Amino acid sequence: MKSKYNLTHLEELEYESIYVIREVAAQFERPVLLFSGGKDSIVMTHLAVKAFYPAKLPFPLLHIDTGHNFEETIVYRDELVNKIGAVLYVGSVQESINKGRVVEETGVNASRNILQTTTLLDTIEKYKFDAAMGGGRRDEEKARAKERFFSHRDEFGQWDPKNQRPELWNIFNGRKNPGEHFRVFPISNWTEMDVWQYIMKENIDLPNLYFTHQREVFYRDGQWLAKAPFMKLKPSESYEMKTVRCRTIGDISCTGLTLSTANSIEDIIDEIAATRITERGGRADDQRSEAAMEDRKKEGYF
Amino acid sequence: MSLKQMIELNGVQTIMTDFSTKGYLDMELLRFTTAGSVDDGKSTLIGRLLYDSKSIFEDQLEAIKRASIRRGNEHVDLALLTDGLRAEREQGITIDVAYRYFATPKRKFIIADTPGHIQYTRNMVTGASTANAAIILIDARHGVTEQTCRHSYIASLLQIPHIIVCINKMDLVDFKQEMFDTIMAGYAEFRKKLDLRDISIVPISALLGDNVVEPSSNMPWYKGGTLMNILENIEIGNDHNMLDARFPIQYVIRPLSDEFHDYRGYAGRVAGGIFKPGDDVVALPSMLRSKIKSIDAYNTTLPETFAPQSVTLTLDDDIDVSRGDMLVKPDNLPQVSQEFDVMMCWMSEKPLQLNSKYALKHTTRDVRCMIKEVKYKVNVNNMEHLEDFNVGLNDISCVTIRTTKPVFIDSYKANRRTGAIIVIDEATNNTVGVGMVL
Repeated sequence: MKSKYNLTHLEELEYESIYVIREVAAQFERPVLLFSGGKDSIVMTHLAVKAFYPAKLPFPLLHIDTGHNFEETIVYRDELVNKIGAVLYVGSVQESINKGRVVEETGVNASRNILQTTTLLDTIEKYKFDAAMGGGRRDEEKARAKERFFSHRDEFGQWDPKNQRPELWNIFNGRKNPGEHFRVFPISNWTEMDVWQYIMKENIDLPNLYFTHQREVFYRDGQWLAKAPFMKLKPSESYEMKTVRCRTIGDISCTGLTLSTANSIEDIIDEIAATRITERGGRADDQRSEAAMEDRKKEGYF
Repeated sequence: MSLKQMIELNGVQTIMTDFSTKGYLDMELLRFTTAGSVDDGKSTLIGRLLYDSKSIFEDQLEAIKRASIRRGNEHVDLALLTDGLRAEREQGITIDVAYRYFATPKRKFIIADTPGHIQYTRNMVTGASTANAAIILIDARHGVTEQTCRHSYIASLLQIPHIIVCINKMDLVDFKQEMFDTIMAGYAEFRKKLDLRDISIVPISALLGDNVVEPSSNMPWYKGGTLMNILENIEIGNDHNMLDARFPIQYVIRPLSDEFHDYRGYAGRVAGGIFKPGDDVVALPSMLRSKIKSIDAYNTTLPETFAPQSVTLTLDDDIDVSRGDMLVKPDNLPQVSQEFDVMMCWMSEKPLQLNSKYALKHTTRDVRCMIKEVKYKVNVNNMEHLEDFNVGLNDISCVTIRTTKPVFIDSYKANRRTGAIIVIDEATNNTVGVGMVL
């Protein structure tokens, strides 16, 4: 028998995430929320707004801009920031390239995905952020399944997965030495399905990219990629017009598009319930090796 | 589970995961923990739960299939799903706690999957700390062993409300009821030494799937529910303390805007009991009294709030309370103490140092502490008390703690949130010990 004191899974997850976000605001001096324009960081921002209402967010948002974004993401980002009255910082990968901090990959599979890590760490250091909240979820990828809510990073921004702090109950240890920082993952325990169900329950606005639309795409290594000025085609590839949507949003070079006619959140939930491929199955960045994510995370990736 | 079996399974979809847009508002969340070693079938069991609930996706299956072939394994190694770190895959062992997720139309499940060997006691304790339920695996051929004892003791120590004992590998004892009955009687005798509340026992074969999701046709003598059935139906509404009202203040919300100029809200997560507007409250440690004016949750107000909700309380009076203080009811105070005993699990390679200073966290409160005395150590394999006062990694011991400032504690048995502490080495900032208040 369910009593009125039984919570639903979405309520439990929401209360947990709000607790974590408030804990960040309380334990750190200069926290920041990493905002990518994807659904996970949108949900995290929504939770943060709820956590501090009626006050505004006590921390800024930070977007690491690869310069290879879908335009819709940037439009959405600016509207959201405006609506909630938040402060936005942007770390630019192009600027890191111009300054010679990183070297652009070449070849047809070139991506700025890995370069983001340097820009992220430089930006964290520049503004002396001591905690960066990310929308990473443990169900996304096997290395992320090992991640703590409060994840300690050394002075080089690196993650030591074999030597993580124990994390018990809901007591979070954010103590650190000068120069070190934390990554915090408030929606660690959410699955892709939870995120979509919550978006529906809370009626959260999303970039149109998540819904079906016509787009010029090409097929490579088992996935559809979007046409963009910086994407290079192999001789065997060509553009086609397809009815697609994004299941995740990263930068254009590594975001696989799903052939889909899903036009509403309900359609998307039905589609995900029926699908047999994980959402990161469409991410070229994860397919580079068995431990691609672990390796990138150790270096300081999101 | 062999690849062939998995493919066969794929054809016979045992659970229709219908997340149609209507059902999700009724789903509950159950967190459970599993502990196990290489050979006891834990990975197979988890693999089956995930697979049968359609939570393993084709690309994941493909990836572990490729990895299994490359390693020269005969079967698809489902442990590769949960062992996420390179070192774990290389060594073929689970080092850390891995969190796995699956759902049925009734519930969403979070598995804290932990290694089972004694040198990973701290990981088992970690996985157990947030669990509503524990699955304890017993090999039907071996019955109750040291490992059973260890896992059950940890479940009891961490006060996991529900225990599901799976007598696994029933296929290797010809699905005989006598074997099950003997082990069940053995466990019934053994559990008397422990503080376990709700226990279910189910005979299964994780490899063949008997009584995991589908009832077993090999064991018609067993009349109880399948493991999945138990996981979906154990009552979790009473797992939180609903009697002793406790509200540790986490963060003070002061908008300083024109619209909310005088707003002062105390944000936090209810750690026990129920609060309603109009309730008398007293703030600890100041003992200042006030009444609850409103319970705010974003842009709505609630008629009451209870654990584990995250809300914002406003009070009738402008009293001085801040993070680390606790709001409680005047007729039901926690123990306000600077010296108390805890059962402690040591998490660090550096041994416990008597009388040296540590930082201590309890709910949202930060104090410093010393460990004054080690009273005894526990042999987790047989629960005997040892006259050994050297406490190192993975040791569980009873210690006396003295804090620099009062903390507002309940016994861990009464409340898992207000009865828990962590101890931090001030030099390294590492969490080195975790304690449950006696």
